[in-house]
Amino acid sequence: MKEEFKVISKFIEEKSRVLDVGCGDGILMEYLSKNKVVDVRGLEISKEKVKKCLSKGLAVIEGDAENDLKQFPDLSFDYVILSQTLQAFMTPENVIENLLRVGKKVIVTIPNFGHWKVRLDLLLKGEMPVTKNLPYQWYNTPNLHMCTIQDFYNFCNNKRVNIYKSISLNGEKISNITTSNLKYKNLISELGIFLLEK
Amino acid sequence: MSNLNKMKIIIIEKALKLDCGKEISNFPLAYETYGNLNEKKDNAILIFHALTGDQYASGINPITKKEGWWNYAVGPGKAFDTDKFFVICANVIGGCMGSYGPGIIDPLTNKPIGTNFPVITINDMVNAQYNLLDYLNIEKLFAVAGGSMGGMQVLQFVSNFPNKARVALPIACTASHSAQNIAFNELGRQAIMSDSNWNEGLYDEKSKNPDKGLAVARMAAHITYLSKQGLQEKFGRNLQERSDLKFGFDADFQIESYLRYQGSVFVDRFDANSYLYITRAMDYFDLTKQFGGNLSKAFKDTKTKFFVISFTSDWLYPTSENKDIVIALNAIGADVGFVEIKTDKGHDSFLLDVPDFLSTIKNYLNTTYSNINERRI
Repeated sequence: MKEEFKVISKFIEEKSRVLDVGCGDGILMEYLSKNKVVDVRGLEISKEKVKKCLSKGLAVIEGDAENDLKQFPDLSFDYVILSQTLQAFMTPENVIENLLRVGKKVIVTIPNFGHWKVRLDLLLKGEMPVTKNLPYQWYNTPNLHMCTIQDFYNFCNNKRVNIYKSISLNGEKISNITTSNLKYKNLISELGIFLLEK
Repeated sequence: MSNLNKMKIIIIEKALKLDCGKEISNFPLAYETYGNLNEKKDNAILIFHALTGDQYASGINPITKKEGWWNYAVGPGKAFDTDKFFVICANVIGGCMGSYGPGIIDPLTNKPIGTNFPVITINDMVNAQYNLLDYLNIEKLFAVAGGSMGGMQVLQFVSNFPNKARVALPIACTASHSAQNIAFNELGRQAIMSDSNWNEGLYDEKSKNPDKGLAVARMAAHITYLSKQGLQEKFGRNLQERSDLKFGFDADFQIESYLRYQGSVFVDRFDANSYLYITRAMDYFDLTKQFGGNLSKAFKDTKTKFFVISFTSDWLYPTSENKDIVIALNAIGADVGFVEIKTDKGHDSFLLDVPDFLSTIKNYLNTTYSNINERRI
């Protein structure tokens, strides 16, 4: 399992209710239901992936977060997970707002556009960066709203969203992000993982 | 019909109060089973048929000698794997394959009951079939499943008996029959009732049946089961056994010939009065209204695991109506999965060989069944 999923599953307490938004093949869902005995639901936009999830007996519905989060009542989940998809939405601001409405706690991971390789690509080559986590060209990328760990911090501050925990992931290296090391972590992290609460 | 002797029929003695207010008792319910009930009695699946179906879901229908209506889905190694599951299917009341319907003979007059048969509902159908579980000694079903009107019965069953099935598969259906669907059903009924042979529903085997009306009803309905794209690809403007138009009203086009054929074979196996009663039951189906406008209340406290399926080209029971069921279930935190299967085969997709659809159901049922057993250990 991906390092990112290991970090996420550590955030989640046993026997809680979880919604995985953009659950993909349901790998995290399977792990959580087996190891954390959680009651887990998924939302996924790709028909192929939804079929894979349902074939595994997972409670996944086909839909997209921008339209289909509406149907879930306020605070109906203990945790809502959004793994590396925030940047692909038309209105990430509304999605985050809806996640915080539906979940008591929200876990968001973002590919960090502030990583030094990304910065260097643009600085030296003068081209839009293409990296392992962001493998697309500017003309075919689904990623409409890239941000950095610093950007996401600022966003949460402005929206008065509490960041309970924030983790930096660089390859397999896991470390805490704090206000004092934020500038540095923003340079070396490939992914930022955040535990949020309204 | 000598095959009637082999037909499995139970007589339900217990009184059943129908939605119309009438009470029925000592009425027959015809059913068929496939596969074996295991020792734990936890592998039973109750399948509900659609408008023109019957209890013969799998294999060869002994009456019509044609393939069972869900032969693609039900059988050894299939989506509803009868090597593993015990599949039960009953003919709905109102039907014409051995269950209590307008075609059964009134002992007083020695003629079919015809339109003296009470107007029945989806709720009545489900309540009648519930008796079968007592008879077969099944405490809890593994699953209930069905498409179209069968899906409506799934929804009504789970609502009436919240803890009787672990899994529910409503397929290509709705919680509330739409104006468009009522309109199409009315068209079919008018075709039957305007056939002079219908005779206020008092035809019997000795007199002429309203075959023409019933055939037209079937032709019109058949169009609604297909998609425009599917029709275009299959028939286009192809001509029927002729090289040019004949400037008349014979079947010039293949699609005309096809529809006429569908109409003509239908009348051999279906009763016109049954068609009136069953379409009426569909029109009256409004589970949302039954629960004061809040569909979620229909499934309050349910522990059943739902899997809702719709088809992209189904315009009769479109994805949006299937999604309304999903939304109602999510609103109460029920366990629900949903997928819209991509196909150009229209509403009929659930009856046809749509591999994506069949394999997803098969895997879903098999995994869920073993998960339930693991958890019990």
